[in-house]
This record gives sequence, C-alpha cells and structure tokens, in this order.
Amino acid sequence: MDVESAKLIGMALAAGLGVIGPGIGIGLIGGGAMEAIGRNPEASGKIVSNMILAIVFTEALGILALVVSFIIKFV
Amino acid sequence: MDTLVATTSGVATVATAVVHESPIHVSLKAEVLGHFLGLPITNSLLMTWLVMALLIGFAFFFGRSLTLIPGKLQAAVEWLFEGAYGYVVETFESEELAKKFFPLIATIFLFVLVGNELEFVPGVGSIGFFHGTEFEPLLRAPAADLNFTLALAFISFFTIEITGLAVLGALKYSGRFVNFSSPVNFAVGIIEIVSNLGRLVSFSFRLFGNIFAGEVMILVAGYFLPYLLPAPLIGFEMFIGAIQALVFAMLTMFFIKLSVTDPHEAH
Repeated sequence: MDVESAKLIGMALAAGLGVIGPGIGIGLIGGGAMEAIGRNPEASGKIVSNMILAIVFTEALGILALVVSFIIKFV
Repeated sequence: MDTLVATTSGVATVATAVVHESPIHVSLKAEVLGHFLGLPITNSLLMTWLVMALLIGFAFFFGRSLTLIPGKLQAAVEWLFEGAYGYVVETFESEELAKKFFPLIATIFLFVLVGNELEFVPGVGSIGFFHGTEFEPLLRAPAADLNFTLALAFISFFTIEITGLAVLGALKYSGRFVNFSSPVNFAVGIIEIVSNLGRLVSFSFRLFGNIFAGEVMILVAGYFLPYLLPAPLIGFEMFIGAIQALVFAMLTMFFIKLSVTDPHEAH
C-alpha cells in the first residue's frame, strides 16, 4: 500500500470514527431537551437556547475530527 | 505580482482549467501576500485589519452621533447592549466585575462575529491572484487561520488566570493547582492544570475548525451540486458563525467567573 492510499483510508477513518461520539452525544442532548419541553412546555425557549449551546460543544468534537482528516489528506 | 482575478471560493478553490489530481484545493494556512518590515502579511491578517477598521469606524461615528432621544439605530444598539450587560451582571453576580469585563467580552463577541459574517460577502476569498496554477485570495476569513483563533485564545487564557490571581490572591489561587494537603487533592490539582491548559487548545480549535470546515463543506457541496446546494449551507454557516462568536465570548465569561469563585466559599 502506498502512502497516498494509506492517507485516503486514514482520512476516511478519522472523519467516520470521529463523528460517532458527537452523533450519539447530539442525540442524547436533543432527546433530553425534547423530554424537558414535553414536561414543561412553558420553558421551551430557555431549553432550546441551552440545547443549541450544548449541541455546539458536542459538534465541535466532530469538527475536530473533520479538521484532522483534512490535515491528513491535504498536508 | 500577477493579475487580479476572481474565482468562486477563497480558502479552497476549484481548479477548473488546471489539470490537477484532485479538483479541490484546500489550503490549511493563510497565504502570505507580502512582507512589511520582515513580518509576513497574510490574507487573513489583512481581513482582520479590515474588520478592526469597520468596528472602530462604526464606534467612532456612532459615538459622535449619540443623542439624548435615541434614533432607531441607537435604540437598537442600546437595547442589545443593555440585554448583554444584564446577562453578564447576572452571571458574575457582581456589578463591579461585570463593569470590568463587559468591554472585553463584548469586544471578543463583536470581533469574531463581524469576522465570521463578512466571510460570506461576495468578493471575500474570491478575488485574488494566480501564481502559476496556485490561486491566492486577497481576503480570507480571520477565523479560518489558526493564528487568529490562537491569539484570541491566549488573550482569554491570560485574562482568566491573571484575574484569578488578582481576585483570590496568589497563594489561594495557586493552591488550586499545587496542593499537598492530601494525595487526592494533589491529583485534583494536576487535573486542574491540564484542564486549564487544555482550554487553549479547545478555544482555538473550536473556532478554527468550525469556520474552516464550513468553508470546505460549502466548496465540496458546490462541486457536487453547483448553485443549489451551497445556498442553504451558506445560511447555515452564517448561523454557525454567530453561534461560535457567542460561544467564545460566553466561555471566556464563564471561565472568568469560575476563576474568581472560591470553591470552598461558594456554598
């Protein structure tokens, strides 16, 4: 296997494996927020803004994996 | 210098006429446009200056045209700042601390926000020079350069640590990191050191990664389905840019609050 194909495989693995965790995390956050809104619909505005904030932090991890895969591919 | 040309995208460019093994070209680091007194001037640095000039110009002219009976713009800006200031006071639980840190937090927010949103103005990233086959944009989103985000992260980091030292006192604050009272406290101190240093990485890579990956995603989408697919993605990325600016400012605020709170007297 030459370096170029190893790089391609590495990039795909880094991006693909890296988004598993954040995917689970965002699912948990969204599920928790929906449950909270169901219990207390009046507080939905506050819950949604906090949910977006939490999703952003989780998503940053996936983005990190994506950047690593870019570095593998293009540097 | 080569002739000025315009292409579709900035950080990443689609080489159309050039035979290249991959049609998408991504440059992780900002391109150097020239040198001034031996210092390299990159395209993201130029963009940063533009953002600074815009903000300073707005502040200058806005500050001169203030009236006692606010017009529409002044009313809107006052409403936004009052809301933000109220939130900062609420978080710090102290008017004095909020007065000291609100300028820094608001500046970080506005600076990152304007830099992120200007990225989608037509011409930014698409006007530049061709060096042979390599395209070099004249302007590049500031946050798509790790130097910019790392510099902001350093500003936040030192503000947080120095505030902790000044408010709690050197002995009390360093006791958080080096603590020989028990093996458990010593281990907690080590973890605290690592987590504080880790903020530098998480601060800088969160902003850089989001903005840079957004630009690359728009480019790749434009390569698969030109004109149609990038349009909603650009809207989404503008939202992400605003959220990331908010997150950077709010995290700085939360960490300052954490560093001035004495853990033993908090409850």
